[in-house]
Amino acid sequence: MSPKTVLRASTALALCISTSAAMAQDTTITIATVNNGDMIRMQGYTDRFTEETGINVEWVTLEENVLRQRVTTDITTNGGQFDIMTIGMYEAPIWGANGWLVPLDNLSEDYNVDDILPAMRGGLSHDGTLYAAPFYGESSMVMYRTDLMEAAGLEMPAAPTWDFIREAAAAMTDRENDINGICLRGKPGWGEGGAFINAMANSFGARVVDENWQAQLDSEAWANTLNFFNGMMQESGPAAFATNGFNENLSLFNQGLCGMWIDATVAASFVTNPNDSEVADSVGFALAPDNGLGPRSNWLWAWALAIPAGTQQSDAALQFIEWATSADYIELVAENEGWANVPPGARQSLYDNPNYAAVPFAQMTLDSILSANPSEPTVDPVPYTGIQFMAIPEFAGFWTEVSQEFSNAYAGQQTVEEALARAQDIVNEALEAAGYQ
Amino acid sequence: MARAVTTQRKALNTALAWLVGLVIFFPILWTILTSFKTEAEAIANPPIILFFDWTLENYGVVQERSNYVRFLWNSVIIAGGSTLLGILIAIPAAWSMAFVPSRRTKDILLWMLSTKMLPAVGVLYPIYLLCIQLGVLDNRIALVVILMLINLPIIVWMLYTYFKEIPGEILEAARMDGAGLKEELLYVLTPMAVPGIASTILLNFILAWNEAFWTLNLTSVDAAPLTAFIASYSSPEGLFFAKLSAASTMAIAPILILGWFSQKQLVRGLTFGAVK
Amino acid sequence: MAPAVFLLLVWMLVPLCMTLWFSLRDYRPLRGGDLGFVGLENFVRFVSSSSFWPAVFTTMLIVGGVLLVSIIFGVLLAMLLDQPMWGQGVVRILVIAPFFVMPTVSALVWKNMFMDPTNGVFAHIWRAFGADPVVWLTDVPILSLIMIVSWQWLPFATLILLTAFQSLDSEQLEAAEMDGAGPLARFFFIALPHLSRAITIVILIQTIFLLAVFAEIFVTTGGAFGTRTLTYLIYQRVLESQNVGLGSAGGVYAIILANIVALFLMRIVGKNLDR
Repeated sequence: MSPKTVLRASTALALCISTSAAMAQDTTITIATVNNGDMIRMQGYTDRFTEETGINVEWVTLEENVLRQRVTTDITTNGGQFDIMTIGMYEAPIWGANGWLVPLDNLSEDYNVDDILPAMRGGLSHDGTLYAAPFYGESSMVMYRTDLMEAAGLEMPAAPTWDFIREAAAAMTDRENDINGICLRGKPGWGEGGAFINAMANSFGARVVDENWQAQLDSEAWANTLNFFNGMMQESGPAAFATNGFNENLSLFNQGLCGMWIDATVAASFVTNPNDSEVADSVGFALAPDNGLGPRSNWLWAWALAIPAGTQQSDAALQFIEWATSADYIELVAENEGWANVPPGARQSLYDNPNYAAVPFAQMTLDSILSANPSEPTVDPVPYTGIQFMAIPEFAGFWTEVSQEFSNAYAGQQTVEEALARAQDIVNEALEAAGYQ
Repeated sequence: MARAVTTQRKALNTALAWLVGLVIFFPILWTILTSFKTEAEAIANPPIILFFDWTLENYGVVQERSNYVRFLWNSVIIAGGSTLLGILIAIPAAWSMAFVPSRRTKDILLWMLSTKMLPAVGVLYPIYLLCIQLGVLDNRIALVVILMLINLPIIVWMLYTYFKEIPGEILEAARMDGAGLKEELLYVLTPMAVPGIASTILLNFILAWNEAFWTLNLTSVDAAPLTAFIASYSSPEGLFFAKLSAASTMAIAPILILGWFSQKQLVRGLTFGAVK
Repeated sequence: MAPAVFLLLVWMLVPLCMTLWFSLRDYRPLRGGDLGFVGLENFVRFVSSSSFWPAVFTTMLIVGGVLLVSIIFGVLLAMLLDQPMWGQGVVRILVIAPFFVMPTVSALVWKNMFMDPTNGVFAHIWRAFGADPVVWLTDVPILSLIMIVSWQWLPFATLILLTAFQSLDSEQLEAAEMDGAGPLARFFFIALPHLSRAITIVILIQTIFLLAVFAEIFVTTGGAFGTRTLTYLIYQRVLESQNVGLGSAGGVYAIILANIVALFLMRIVGKNLDR
């Protein structure tokens, strides 16, 4: 029995199974998505879509890392496993440029593509062509405890500076009661601590590379960024901040153990939800801090739906995308679950809606998104787009390594200077190998 | 086996063993307990051990969100199929290595083992491309074959070791009595090897059940097993420890129950094998 | 032996040949796939990266640590479980259960529910004794990983060793007892030699799986704090950097390393197989 025979036999069998399945029902699309709350909610409403259109939907829901690995493998090999993929702002322009995605240039009139926030639309396009429709968008902002801030005798400005944040963090810290003045991401990974420090560096006048793709991590601006971050976190942060990412900090904040937390705007609906949060009624919001240099330290991200070029069902897939990212869908969720739970950050019309304006974090979310500029993210010019990432295929790899070096420094295993020297080598090595330099 | 032991000694053994057993089991127990809490109780500080409002809500949510039975069924087919197929192929191989060893046997064994050491991620792209070529992505049978091949070295090794324990004289005696190869395998060797085969099956079933690289990367809908089910609950944006615990409990429960039953089988097999 | 060996041959050769092939090529899926032959460049680059030797060292440390823990405690546990007691079946299930838990889940549970310095069970225990909670994953990252991985693999060692214990001739033990051999002597001169083959198997099989440990590292430390193993490094090259050629070269090194380890192990423990 050779494996080839086995495989052939199994292929034949699989074909029989799949053809009989195909005959039994009409169109079915397969959607790969991430297991975040808004997408889970969307799955719950799939039946309505099927009723309206007669198109069946199969969901493949995976955690972010597995999803990314899964869809990247499939798209680069033209595997054709999915009719819609959920991707981020990092993937969309790169994949679009490679011709792997179906351009979303014939969206219907009703869909009103111009309603999509320009920042989101820009980040999901390549050369002006939209390749993925935003399901929800986010920036980052300061979430803080109004009661602790008051107790410290301070008042949070709508647009704080880093110096204020550091001072406030120190004032709110109460080691006796395990209260950390500030909780931030230090966890390695380009999408975790790596994203935070990169966005923060922008506000310190740092940049990852110069116009000629030469790494700039040995610059003073980067040293200032990292020393400031590390110093502040050692003073006022949680003991394990080097391993804390979004979820760990959310848990600390919800338990009332953080004075401030600077993170994704979508977290606002979690920390103000009384079912999950012990501090739901005393959370305030402010723009992410800056240093008066121009850029703030907030990022920009969107989870979006895209159609891989290899699919046989692009019409049905497009129909689904129009349904799921439409203003009508937002209405549908608002009707059933309340306005605080609609997917935020994608459409202007949502923020024009008076019902939504009543949601406490709505305006600050919009302001944060609007204040992020992915095409000019830094003080000095850079050859890439993206705020907390660079929209080039190599970025995820080298920035994860860089963030590992940073985390090692947070944990005290090396100095900030050593970490930056290593980071400098890592970035230069990667960019040189990829032919940028 | 049956050494006479005082009740006192037995009580001491019991107490010690239960203590150690519970310490080792504690993380799982904690997961199971958490699955009955609300999300807020799950991260409460200090932790609530028993006195919380027991709720089945998490299980309800999980069941509503995913088709558990389909994932479970795929896991059973993939883990069971690959183990059975592997055992069928490995028994003759291990038999001949144990009883008709050649000069090369040890080399082959070592080499078999070294095949396991190829890091899976390194061949993700080649295997994925191969599966596209053969049209077997998201196919249970393909996964059965792949997992069987992955675990085959382990199966052969374990069986080889157990078979080596069987004294060769018994086989010679059987041969003298005119037993052919088939009879030898079926009536002499297999019964003696039952404990070894049983624990090999159990361990490989678990290994296949928990294999989370190929089962995640080569499936999407039709063939997705419980590892994919878990991947839709671990590390979401937001904190859903109670739901993750519920999903984990659902993923562990079948195999725990299976382990429970097979443990009885196993013990019987083990004592049977000891009589030699 | 033909079918099994043949199947393995094919299974080993297909991926191995593919790995070798890609290791000589510049294969970057996000850059359009196969960009041509580059000779040994990937091999040079992989080994000259400053992460290579630390990764090899970390791998050895973790594998060695887990092996040590699981064999020492495995023998003790197997001995204990072999004794007559009430509820033996239940205790055995309790001890074996961690092996059923998927690595991702066990890593998440350990990281968030046990090792967390604020909410973890360990932190509560430490505080109950008036001590400062340990920040496990950054203060003692390797030890933490060894704990997590050992928890998963101890049951495997225990089960195999228990199977071996059961076939231990009790008459022999009793005879030794009659002759005045103490418990220690009985253990070292009768039980341990009897277990040697089972221990060999545990070492060999666990080594294979331990060399491939991934999810535990990914979930807990993300490869930082000196926990980046060779497997993890290869993962980063293939999936994070999307450089299959470089990762394949790493894969070839991993096979070489694994074979060196295996040869070394065979030298030490392999003779037990020939008894």
